[in-house]
Amino acid sequence: MTAIVRDNVDEKRRRLLLVATSGAGAVIAGAAAAPLLVSWFPSAKALAAGAPVEADISKLELGQQITLEWRGKPVWVLRRTPEMVSRLAQNASLLADPESQASKQPDYVKGAGRSIRPEVFIVEGVCTHLGCSPTLKKEVGAASDMGADWPGGYYCPCHNSRFDLAARVFKGSPAPTNMTVPPHRYASESVVVIGEDAKGA
Amino acid sequence: MAVLNKPPVTGAGVFNGALTWVDQRFPLVALWKSQLAEYYAPKNFNFWYYFGSLALLVLVIQITSGIFLTMNYKPSAQDAFASVEYIMRDVPGGWFMRYVHSTGASFFFICVYLHMARGLMYGSYRKPRELIWIFGVMIYLALMAEAFFGYLLPWGQMSYWGAQVIINLFGTIPLIGEPLAVWIRGDYNVSDATLNRFFALHVIALPLVLLGLVAAHLMALHEVGSNNPDGVEIYKDIDPKSGHPRDGIPFHPYYTVKDLFGVAVFLIVFTVVVFFSPEMGGYFLEYNNFIPADPLKTPEHIAPVWYFTPFYAMLRAVPPLFGSQFPGVAVMGIATLILFALPWLDRGKVKSIRYRGPKFRVWFALFIVSFLILGYLGVEPTTVWGEFGKGLPIVGGDYVALWAARVLTVVYFLFFLLMPWFTAHDREKAEPQRVTW
Repeated sequence: MTAIVRDNVDEKRRRLLLVATSGAGAVIAGAAAAPLLVSWFPSAKALAAGAPVEADISKLELGQQITLEWRGKPVWVLRRTPEMVSRLAQNASLLADPESQASKQPDYVKGAGRSIRPEVFIVEGVCTHLGCSPTLKKEVGAASDMGADWPGGYYCPCHNSRFDLAARVFKGSPAPTNMTVPPHRYASESVVVIGEDAKGA
Repeated sequence: MAVLNKPPVTGAGVFNGALTWVDQRFPLVALWKSQLAEYYAPKNFNFWYYFGSLALLVLVIQITSGIFLTMNYKPSAQDAFASVEYIMRDVPGGWFMRYVHSTGASFFFICVYLHMARGLMYGSYRKPRELIWIFGVMIYLALMAEAFFGYLLPWGQMSYWGAQVIINLFGTIPLIGEPLAVWIRGDYNVSDATLNRFFALHVIALPLVLLGLVAAHLMALHEVGSNNPDGVEIYKDIDPKSGHPRDGIPFHPYYTVKDLFGVAVFLIVFTVVVFFSPEMGGYFLEYNNFIPADPLKTPEHIAPVWYFTPFYAMLRAVPPLFGSQFPGVAVMGIATLILFALPWLDRGKVKSIRYRGPKFRVWFALFIVSFLILGYLGVEPTTVWGEFGKGLPIVGGDYVALWAARVLTVVYFLFFLLMPWFTAHDREKAEPQRVTW
């Protein structure tokens, strides 16, 4: 066979079949990619590891902070002194979001302290800028290394974001919002459960 | 049907017979001629023309050393850090392979940056070489991804927190950001799942992409021919007797020998670094990365490896807008993607900087200087040059370095955005008819 026979060829039909076959092929190729993409979502094991964690806070001394791990993120529990709590109210004019309106926190933490109990402060220790974990700088003034007018708070070493002791971000920091308060509840006087909402909330 | 009565291969001595057998079944002679022995390249190549072939050499070094590293590396959060130390201490010659691979990563970027600077200087991205440039930018982007994925694998503090910061960049994209970041990580934070998939991408997916792109880059180059330091097309002046460009010489043996000399010098420098300063004062391998990853403790100062720092400085320079960090991320992304548009932004009549006018030269110098200073600022904390303007309106107590980075970021973008104007209205010199050397 040397030449293609041109007679009786329905060009329109041939084009239609070509487009239909290619289209079906493309759809199937796309569908085949779906399981590959879905496989990147967290596995059942990773989802299970996101379960709540409990902590005994009865041994926490005044001004002491412990770090727990919940969903692989650091969660801080800080026992604030009365002076720390009272100083929070004075920060309002320096803060980007003093009322935490643009920030993530459960409905049952309110006010300047952002906690259920004023003295026990619980927050995800993750900077809202790019996810670094800030450092506690609880001393006031020059002793903190943060300058003479430092009122005590958290400092993110990655990009100089500054937060107060309720993890509310100071104006001029690269972090856009206050740090996130995770859902939590008190199972008893001394045990706090992180990752679960308070009963009735 | 290919030609079956091809002439026999000559000039290969005892191998003539075997090569003739192969050539009758495979385009051996045709490929040899079209790609090497009769690929005519301009005769005025200079120093800057080493870095393309050197980048190719580093690619081969990285693939080879990488294959051998995978034989002892374990991609799990439990074992990764220890397996790298095992390679360094217990595997015979393991330290050598590891240092070759880590040094190779930095030298890859050194070669690629110099190769790109060459393209900018001599207008190698101009018509008809737009696709070569586009493939090149794609190689650059794939290389950045490859380096980023690879940097997580040792599972040190910098690996971990570097990946944390970069993945959270995607988390800032409005609406889909947070689920997208979880999807990339396969977990709520950087974890074993993340490490394992980055390993797969680093050793299989991206190397395949890179090889494909390099092949496309070279095929496009050999289709249109190489540019040269004068930016004068050698292919418009063909010697009628030979049928080859008057100003061209065969790539082999002339440039294979030249490149081999470059390889020798390059390997001297490369091995000096591998043997005497593989960490390069913390610039090639950061000190914090010799501490195992700790998801609960961020290192005091986080900086990416040097080749990412110009873009990182831009990211830090942009303040959050509308309560979102996304603008900074967008600026960083556009800073790399804008390179794709370069062939269409340049309206100059001449290609090479040798014949460009003063406007282009000034802007080009500003661009290079701002890129370098941004690179320096990306390594340092924003407090590096101290504070200024405390109490002043508008800036009110900010860091000098932060404002320097802002200004330089603007200069970086102006180089591209004003290019259609300053290249079209410039006092260019006339290009010579033939190349000079």
